[in-house]
Amino acid sequence: MQKAKGKVLSVNESLVGVETTQGAVMNGEVAYIVLEDGKRLKSEVIDVKSGQMVYLQVFEDTSWMRIGDLVEFSGLPLAVKLGPGILGSVTDGLQNPLYELAKTEWFLERGIVVEPLDNVTTWEFTPKVSIGDNVTGGDVLGTVPEKIFEHKIFVPFSLSSNFEIIEIAEKGAYTIDDPIAKIKDDSGTIKELTMAFEWPVKVAMPFNERSVPEKPLPTGIRILDSLFPIAYGGTACNPGPFGAGKTVLQHSLARHSQADIVIIAACGERAGEAVEVFKDFPELIDPRTGKSLMDRTYIVGNTSSMPVAAREASVYLATTVGEYYRKQGLNVLILADSTSRWAQALRETSGRKEEIPGPEAFPMYISTLISAFYDRAGVDVLKDGSVGSLSIIGTVSPAGGNFDEPVTQATLLSTGSFWGLSRALSDARKYPAIDRIDSNSKYPSLLKEEEVTYLLELLRDGKSIASNILLMGEKGITDETYIRYQKSELLDAVFLQQNSFNDIDGVTNPERLRLMFDMVFAIIEAPIDLKGKEEIRTHFNFLRQAFLDWNYMSVNDENFEKQHTKLINLVKQRTYA
Amino acid sequence: MLKKTYENIDSIGRSILSIKAEGVHNKELAEVIYPNGDKAFAQVIALNNDEVTLQLFGGGFGVSTDCKIRFLGKPIQVGFSDDMLGRVYSGNGKPIDGGPELVTDMVRVAGPSINPVKRLIPKHMIRTGVPMIDVFNTLVRSQKIPIFAKAGEPYNRLLANIATQTDADIIIIGGVGLKYDEFHYFRQRIEEAGSKSKTIMFVHTHRDSIVEGLMVPDLALAVGEKFALQGKNVFVLLSDMTQWSDYLRQVANAQDQIPANQGYPGDLYSQLASRYEKAADIEGAGSLTILGVTTMDDVTHPVPDNTGYITEGQFYMKDGFLELFGSLSRLKQQVNDKTREDHRSIMNVMARLLSEAEERVKAQKFGSVKDDYSFRLLDYRKAFQKELMDPFRYLELEDALDLCWDILAKYFKKEEVGLSSKLIEAFWPKEGEYKILKSQGNE
Repeated sequence: MQKAKGKVLSVNESLVGVETTQGAVMNGEVAYIVLEDGKRLKSEVIDVKSGQMVYLQVFEDTSWMRIGDLVEFSGLPLAVKLGPGILGSVTDGLQNPLYELAKTEWFLERGIVVEPLDNVTTWEFTPKVSIGDNVTGGDVLGTVPEKIFEHKIFVPFSLSSNFEIIEIAEKGAYTIDDPIAKIKDDSGTIKELTMAFEWPVKVAMPFNERSVPEKPLPTGIRILDSLFPIAYGGTACNPGPFGAGKTVLQHSLARHSQADIVIIAACGERAGEAVEVFKDFPELIDPRTGKSLMDRTYIVGNTSSMPVAAREASVYLATTVGEYYRKQGLNVLILADSTSRWAQALRETSGRKEEIPGPEAFPMYISTLISAFYDRAGVDVLKDGSVGSLSIIGTVSPAGGNFDEPVTQATLLSTGSFWGLSRALSDARKYPAIDRIDSNSKYPSLLKEEEVTYLLELLRDGKSIASNILLMGEKGITDETYIRYQKSELLDAVFLQQNSFNDIDGVTNPERLRLMFDMVFAIIEAPIDLKGKEEIRTHFNFLRQAFLDWNYMSVNDENFEKQHTKLINLVKQRTYA
Repeated sequence: MLKKTYENIDSIGRSILSIKAEGVHNKELAEVIYPNGDKAFAQVIALNNDEVTLQLFGGGFGVSTDCKIRFLGKPIQVGFSDDMLGRVYSGNGKPIDGGPELVTDMVRVAGPSINPVKRLIPKHMIRTGVPMIDVFNTLVRSQKIPIFAKAGEPYNRLLANIATQTDADIIIIGGVGLKYDEFHYFRQRIEEAGSKSKTIMFVHTHRDSIVEGLMVPDLALAVGEKFALQGKNVFVLLSDMTQWSDYLRQVANAQDQIPANQGYPGDLYSQLASRYEKAADIEGAGSLTILGVTTMDDVTHPVPDNTGYITEGQFYMKDGFLELFGSLSRLKQQVNDKTREDHRSIMNVMARLLSEAEERVKAQKFGSVKDDYSFRLLDYRKAFQKELMDPFRYLELEDALDLCWDILAKYFKKEEVGLSSKLIEAFWPKEGEYKILKSQGNE
């Protein structure tokens, strides 16, 4: 296909109209607008109209563009470069490495092109195929060690026919641009392969054999792992008003989730939050690998003051990288914060295109895009029988904290877990402020199903008794009901609430969760031999204090067992014989 | 660069104008030349074939079809020089204090965002002398944080107080939609505090065009950013960003943009964010802190709502007090463990007790408050409000912490407050010997 050329016909912020002068144009292909000073601004075709008119969304600031500026089309869709070197890196939404950019400029100047992956560092390649072997897209040519695992080097997924290996590199050190294999197809065409290849970000990588998410993904957050779990390959959303604790929750998930790889897509949010992650994580040790937490992390930062059109690209970039590591047989978790900013970027562009707006001026197709995005999560059974998964947790920032808006609604239809953040809970300092009644999950919990039902029932009872107490005072209810209320309050205080700023209480592994649940269960089940509200309250205050002390103790602490026994004795003291 | 003049104006609106012209750059600065020779600035905001849309710094009123438009071949820039300290400028960057125009370097306005890897994790507390801030929602260098308040609250007084009570090297005041007396107040306050020589003001009052108002934050932040890159710790005050958003809405409306919520353009969030995100603690340089004002009636209104998602917390002002509930400093955790050992604990305990007291206020309405502890909680709440919530009472952090202990000791027993024995031993005041609290006047 001959690459098209054109010239700028209109400029309206990030939307640029172009008249093509030669060649065919593909919807979704990348184009470059060449400014007076020679800078080339990356953009993407988002609409092809009659009369050679094409609309581009420009990923960079359009200041100083003129009518008539030259446009060069690339013939290729927006793509990400996949290969060793992604882990531990921080890029913008177009895969420009931010540390590389920082070598020359304080600011994110436009039109600067940097290699997306380090092409200087060498990787220790071990071939896994021999000359004469037959291969196709997705087959493994060899491996290189990358940070925490053996990175498989694939025949690019886009090559679907059969090839014969005619050359393969010997064991040794190579950069990602060095040729490591030559392959020949049936017609005799020869291709040279390196350790990296490109994949279009908006095209979902096909599954080998898609399976269903049914294994709980431990997050270390008790309320999630017990009541509202997410599974490997599952999806979850956490909508909430500002100040309800979305950011702290996301950070906690990024640190403690039992995933092999965590990808953070900081999409249209505060730069400071991404900074905290990529400056803190290198210092933190991941207990699962014994290596730096940054070694399992990749950050895509298209923060709120970066060009708006690149927000969409950043979400898709993160997802494609996630799919690639899933093909490596790993469990990948994407934290997308926030999908609302992506939706708003689409709204801005849609408005400039003068499309007929849907509810709250979002484009009509917003729900389809959101569903298709979450559908890229899932479990894949790979060719060699190993299993990889990609889970997505998306933050939603609803206007006015009102969940009844298009982005939240579309997200609820597309995700398997719903963690509704509540301002009332965060005002009461009950963190994580995930609504205990309205949230839900369709994935299996680390607890048994009947145990989950048991807890939810107690929470519902507690809520209804609390409203009775407010209306009638404590005197208006029986001691029995008051005990039930105190049990529900205790469950909330010692089990559901968690101090994410504390090293020990901030993360609970599945074994400890079980231990804690059993203790909570014992307390709730015990019939209590007490009369009078004051006495009941005092008893539960003691229990709560003892339980919280236990929560803050490491399992290795010499007093851990003692405290456990103390709790059991406290319960026994007041139990009917 | 060649400056071109065009005469064929197509249409004139309240704040925008369109004209046929060629070779024009997006965002280029232009001049409207009136038939009598007067000039006013304008800026290109959209291009469509040979039709150029400009926003008018002088407004559309009085612009006639025989005005000429001269394109100046340069983007909007603002002067930058140490000599600007102590001076007052308008939203188009001209001095309005009667002083001479300065020959200065010019710096770009609304430039790209700083590379996140050049940011430091904020770690320096800014002492403001306001107990509700220093103790409960500590302000941190490079923070961006607005005051949420109704229009009649004394937020500008607080803004001026905070700016002059901190150790900032440079103060830049960006006034958007100020009433004349507010403008006058800021000037007077800065002079009284002896801060004039480190202050630059960019001011838009209600008599100026809205396009000038829209420019004020960009000018203030561009100059502030430049000082920060030179190693200075800069404090930028922006008041009032709700009016700024309103101007944005007006210009978007004049361009026939499809409105999103309550008539605001769909990019309100991005527009606010690209200003607030200028706040940064920069590696190897200084810092820029933004304290803004967002006037509002209801926090779910699009302006405070979008602002809350962007800024690192907010201070709620109500009835002249700084509220504890609703106020939030997202960065306080970065610093309040390094001030005094009792800081975090006392902050949490005071807040928990106040929230307990609020429950009693509710319960009181149903007549279900009868016990001594509840009554003491209610008295505690009154004392908290009187002693701590007044934003104009100056107290050093250590004094404010001591005052918290005094208040606790006055209304509670040691075992009721849930503080560790170690802290109680170190800080609990002896019977009747308060450090800060006035002992007399016990009711």
